Amino acid sequence: MTSILICTFRNLPSTSESHFTFSLIPVLTQSFAVQSHKATQTKSKKTLAKPNIRNIVVVDGVRIPFLHSGTSYKDLMPHDLARAALTGLLHRTSVPKEVVDHLVFGTVIQEVKTSNIAKEAALGAGFSEKIPAHTVSMACISSNQAMTTGVGLIASGQCDVVVAGGVELMSDIPIRHSRKMRKMMLDLNKAKTMGQRLALISKFRLNFLAPELPAVAEFSTGETMGHSADRMAAAFAVSRLEQDEYALRSHSLAKKAQDEGLLSDVVPFKVPGKDTVTKDNGVRPSSLEQMAKLKPAFIKPYGTVTAANSSFLTDGASAVLIMAEEKALAMGYKPKAYMRDFLYVSQDPKDQLLLGPAYATPKVLEKAGLTMNDIDAFEFHEAFASQILSNFKAMDSDWFAQNYMGRKTKVGLPPLEKFNTWGGSLSLGHPFGATGCRLVMTAANRLQRNGGQYGLVAACAAGGQGHAMIVEAYPK
Amino acid sequence: MVASRAIGSLRRFAASRTFRPPGYICRNFTRSSALLARTYINYGVKGDVAVVRINSPNSKVNTLNKELHAELVEVMNEIWASDQIRSAVLISSKPGCFIAGADINMLSSCKTSQEVTQISQEAQSMFEKVEKSPKPIVAAISGSCLGGGLELAISCHYRIATKDKKTVLGSPEVLLGILPGAGGTQRLPKMVGIPGAFDMMLTGRNIRADKAKKMGLVDQLVEPLGPGIKPPEERTIEYLEEVAVTFAKELADKKISPKRDKGLVEKLTSYAMTIPFIRQQVYKKVEEKVQKQTKGLYPAPLKIIEVVKTGIEQGNDAGYLSESQKFGELAMTKESKALMGLYHSQVQCKRNKFGAPQKDVKHLAILGAGLMGAGIAQVSVDKGLKTILKDATLPALGRGQQQVFNGLNDKVKKKSLTSFERDSIFSNLTGQLDYQGFEKADMVIEAVFEDLNIKHKVLKEVEAVIPDHCVFASNTSALPISKIAAVSKRPEKVIGMHYFSPVDKMQLLEIITTEKTSKDTTASAVTVGLQQGKVIIVVKDGPGFYTTRCLAPMMSEVIKILQEGVGPKKLDSLTTGFGFPVGAATLMDEVGVDVANHVSEDLGKAFGERFGSGSGELLKQMVSKGFLGRKSGKGFYIYEEGVKSKNLNSDMDSILASLKVPPKPDVSSDEDIQYRLVTRFVNEAVMCLQEGILATPAEGDIGAVFGLGFPPCLGGPFRFVDLYGAQKVVDRLRRYEAAYGKQFTPCQLLIDHANSPNKKFYQ
Repeated sequence: MTSILICTFRNLPSTSESHFTFSLIPVLTQSFAVQSHKATQTKSKKTLAKPNIRNIVVVDGVRIPFLHSGTSYKDLMPHDLARAALTGLLHRTSVPKEVVDHLVFGTVIQEVKTSNIAKEAALGAGFSEKIPAHTVSMACISSNQAMTTGVGLIASGQCDVVVAGGVELMSDIPIRHSRKMRKMMLDLNKAKTMGQRLALISKFRLNFLAPELPAVAEFSTGETMGHSADRMAAAFAVSRLEQDEYALRSHSLAKKAQDEGLLSDVVPFKVPGKDTVTKDNGVRPSSLEQMAKLKPAFIKPYGTVTAANSSFLTDGASAVLIMAEEKALAMGYKPKAYMRDFLYVSQDPKDQLLLGPAYATPKVLEKAGLTMNDIDAFEFHEAFASQILSNFKAMDSDWFAQNYMGRKTKVGLPPLEKFNTWGGSLSLGHPFGATGCRLVMTAANRLQRNGGQYGLVAACAAGGQGHAMIVEAYPK
Repeated sequence: MVASRAIGSLRRFAASRTFRPPGYICRNFTRSSALLARTYINYGVKGDVAVVRINSPNSKVNTLNKELHAELVEVMNEIWASDQIRSAVLISSKPGCFIAGADINMLSSCKTSQEVTQISQEAQSMFEKVEKSPKPIVAAISGSCLGGGLELAISCHYRIATKDKKTVLGSPEVLLGILPGAGGTQRLPKMVGIPGAFDMMLTGRNIRADKAKKMGLVDQLVEPLGPGIKPPEERTIEYLEEVAVTFAKELADKKISPKRDKGLVEKLTSYAMTIPFIRQQVYKKVEEKVQKQTKGLYPAPLKIIEVVKTGIEQGNDAGYLSESQKFGELAMTKESKALMGLYHSQVQCKRNKFGAPQKDVKHLAILGAGLMGAGIAQVSVDKGLKTILKDATLPALGRGQQQVFNGLNDKVKKKSLTSFERDSIFSNLTGQLDYQGFEKADMVIEAVFEDLNIKHKVLKEVEAVIPDHCVFASNTSALPISKIAAVSKRPEKVIGMHYFSPVDKMQLLEIITTEKTSKDTTASAVTVGLQQGKVIIVVKDGPGFYTTRCLAPMMSEVIKILQEGVGPKKLDSLTTGFGFPVGAATLMDEVGVDVANHVSEDLGKAFGERFGSGSGELLKQMVSKGFLGRKSGKGFYIYEEGVKSKNLNSDMDSILASLKVPPKPDVSSDEDIQYRLVTRFVNEAVMCLQEGILATPAEGDIGAVFGLGFPPCLGGPFRFVDLYGAQKVVDRLRRYEAAYGKQFTPCQLLIDHANSPNKKFYQ
C-alpha cells in the first residue's frame, strides 16, 4: 500500500504542470511512511564502482552547529570554527592525525590574516606541521570543491587519506579602509622624511575614512543574489505563497529531524567564555500567516523573496574524512558512503545565477548511468525557496530543457518525499564555505538510516556555477 | 540656482548635430474599415482591472494614428461605463515598444495647419479624459515610449517601466521641428519641473527607465527577466502586466497614492518655481540659450518655450489652445518638412538594400591603429565583432588600444556600461603587429596613411594572408577605390568604407563601390556598417566619391573668401549662422590642413576649373609652416591643451595678407558669402546625382547632413533645392558665375529642375 501511495505521490507534481503548487500536508505525513520504504526497487546499476579507478569513501563527517551570524560564535575567528570541526572529526573517527596526508578547506569571505585557513586550522587542531593543507574558494560550493579536490588527490594516487572541510564566519567580515586611505597609508610607510610624511598627510580628506564593505553583489553584474533570486522567481512564475510554503516545509522538517536526533553530523562546540553549543539555532517553524506579513527584502515593494523564505547569514564549519576504500578497510573503518561521479556546471551569472542544480542533476545522472528513479535521497542546497522552486520548474519544463539545456525533453522532478527530508539551508543555515560537506553527510546519513543506495547532492553558487555529486551508500 | 540648472540641462541642446532617431515613426496608412473588429487595441478584464493591450497590426512598433486613437476612445468609454471595472492598465503587446510616437505620415499628409491643430485637439481632449478618469489608469511601459506615447503615459495616474536598455522615454518632437502636441507641454512641467521639462522637450533626448524614475517620470521599475517558463521578452511583458495589475488594484483600493515623494532638491526647485520672478528668469535664460544655439534657424524650440510659458502663466485652457495652434503652425514650416524628410531618409539609410551576405562577418581585422582605425575598432567590438587591430609599431598600436579603451570607459562614466561590460567588450579586441589570425578574417578594413603607394603595399601584403572570401575595405576619404583595387588579385572583393571622424560619434558611413565590386561584397560592407550602428549611403567610385567631392568646392570658396579679407572668425560665424554646426575655418582645422591640401590638389586635377577659385597657395604655405590645424596645435586658430576659448593664429596674418585679392562688393554681402558657399556645395551634390555617383537624393541629403554637417534645418542639398526653389538657386549661381566664372555654372540637372517647376527631387 505504501508503495502505491508513493507512486501516486511521485507522479503528483508532474501531472499538475500548469498549477505547480506544493501541498505540504501530504509531504509531512508521508515522510514517515517513506522511512519504511527500503531500496527494494531494481536500480539501473548495481554499483557505480569503475574498473581501474580507486573506490573512494567518506568515512564520516561532522559539523559544528550552524548559528545565525552575530550569535554565540561572534567573537571567534573563522579558523576557530574550522578547528572545532576538525577536533570534532578527530573525536568522532578516532583517526590518528599522522595518517592524514593532506587537508583542504573551502571558504568564501576570507579573513585576510588566515588566508590559507586550512593550514591555520590544522595546526590549531593539533595536526602535525608536516601535513600540507590548502584552501579553495568557489562561492557556495567551496566545500564541495574541497571534497572533490580530495577525491582527485586520492584517485590519482597522490594521497590515501584527506580531510576536507569548509568554514564561514559571517559575524566578522573584513571591512577595509577605502582605496584612497590604503594608498595613503602605504605611501606613508615608504615616506622617509618628516616633510614627505606631512605632505602626504595634508592630502588626507575626510571621505578617505568611508569604509569598504565586501561586495554582497555579483561582481560581474552588480546584482545581489536575492535580487536575482526574485527575478528568477518571476521568470518561472513562482508565487510568494509557494515560496513561503516551501520555506515552512524546510523549517518543519528540520525541526522534526532535530527533535528526533537525526542530525547526527552535529558535534557540540564549547565556545570559550560561553556555553556549549549543541544545536543549530536557525530552525524556526512559523506560520504562513506570519510569513505573509513580511515585506519583500530585495525587489521593493512588490517582489516575492523575503527574509523568511531565504537562507540567513550563518556561522559554521564542517569537515569530512575521505579515504581510499582499501585504506579505510585496512584501518578497520566501516565507511558511510562512496563518493562517486561528480561535476561542475556554469551558466549566465545574470539571468541563470542559481540554476546550477537544474543543469547539473541530469548531467551527473547521465554520467553515472542512473535515472531520477534510482535516487533514494536528494540533498539540494536551499539558497532561497525561490531558487529551489525555480530549479524544479526548470527541470519540469520541456520548453526550458529544449531551449536552454540542449535536451529533447524535460529532466523531471525529484519526488518531494525523497527531497531534503531533514531540512535544508533555509532552516539549518548556510555558512557559505561549509554547506557542501553538510549536504554530502546528510545524504549519506539518510541513506544509512532510511535504506536506499544512491543519493544525489546538488548546489548552486555565485558566478552562475553549480555542482552535483552521486553518493552511494556503503553496503552494510 | 534654478536658472543655472535649467541652463545646464540645456547644454546638450544641439539640434543641428545630434539628430537621433525621433519618436515619430513612418508607417504607411493602413486604412482599416471602421466596421472591422478592433485591430489596434483589445482589452481583457483581470478581476476588476481592465488590461488594455495596444498592438498595431503588421508593424514592429505602435504608432498613434487616427485608427488607434478611435479605438482607444471606444475602449476607454467601455471601461468607464462598466460597473465591473474599477481600474485599468495600458500596455503594449509588442516587446520593445510601448508607443513610439505619432504617425509621421498622418501629420505630413495634412494640407493646412488647421488640420494639424485639429488632430492635436482631439488627442488633447482624449488624454484629458484619461487624466481625469475616476478609475485609476496605470501605464505599463516596456520599450520605447516617445512623443505621443509619452504624452499618453503621463496623462495616466501611475507609470511602471521595465528597467532595460530598450525602454526609453522622451519627447523627440523638437528634432522634427514640431512640439509635443497632445498635452505634453502642459503636463511635463508639472511632472518633472520646469527645468526638467525644458530639457526633455528642447533636446528631445531619450531618457532611460532608471533615470526616468529618479526624475519622477515613472513611479515604479520592473526588472527584465531572464529565461524561465517562456522566452525572456515574453515573460517580462507578462510580469510587467502582473505587477501593473496589482498596482492598479491598490490604487483603486486607495492602498497607495499616485502622489510621489519629492526629494529635497526637487521640493526646493518646485518652490522656487512658484516665484514669478524666478520663472521669468528661467524663461529668459532658456530663450537666450536656445537663440544662441539655434541662431534662430529653428522655430520649434522657441515655440515650445512660448507654449510652456502660456500654460504656466495663463492657465491650462490657454496652454492647451496655444499648444494645438503652435503645433499646427510648426507642422507647416519648411524646417519641419526638412527635418521630417531627413528622418524618412535616415530610416531608409538604416536598411540593408543589398540583402544578407553569403558569409557573415565574424572576424574583422583593421590595419592602422590611428584615430580612424581605432575608432572603427571601437564601434566594432562594441557590437560583438571579434576585431584585430594591427599597426606597424608598438607605440602606435598602444595609442590605438588606449583610444578604444577610453571610448568604452567614457560610457562607463556615463553609466551606460558597467565596468565589467566594458572589460568583456574590450576582450573582443586583439592588438598585434603581425598578420597572425588574418587567415580567419572575413573582412579587413585598412585605415593606413592616405598614400596610394602605401595602400598598394598593404593590399598586397594582406592578400597574401587572407582567405578567399575575405573582403578588403579601404577607409579613404579621397583616393579612388578603383586605383587602390588596381593591384588586387580579386578586385571584386575590394570596396571603399569611408568613415567620418570621430568614428564613434559620427553616424555616417559612405560605402564606395567600383565597377568590379561584387554585390556580395557590398552586402557584407553594408551589413557590417549597420552592425556598427551607422547610417549608410552607397555611392559609386570617383574622385572624392560623394562627400569629399561636395566639400571640396565649398572649401575652395572658403579660401577665396578668406583671401578677400573676411577673417576666420567672421567666416565661422557666417557659416554657423547659416546652420552649419562647425564654422568653415574651424572645420578646416579639424579636418587637417594637410589633408585638405592633399584633397584639393587631387580633386583639382580631376575636375579642373570647377574646383578652383581659392588659391591653393594658402594651404601649401600653411602646411609648410606646420599649421596643420588642431592636430599640430596651430591652424587658423591656436589650440592648447585645457584651453577652451580659441584664439586666432596671428602668424596667419602674413600669409593671408600676401595672398589677398580685392573683394567684389556686389557679391560680398554676408548673405552672398553664405550663399556662395552653399550653392557651390549644392551644385556639386546635384551633379553627383546627375552623374550617377549618387543613387538617390535621399542618400545625398543624409551624406551631406550626417557626414559634412550641412544644415539639418535645410534638410540636405536636395531638400534645400526643393524647398528653396531650383530657380532661385540657379539665379544665384548665375549671378556669382557672372562675377567669378565657371566654378558657379549650374549643372544640367539643376537647370532642368529650374525650368520645370513641377520637377522635385522628392515627389
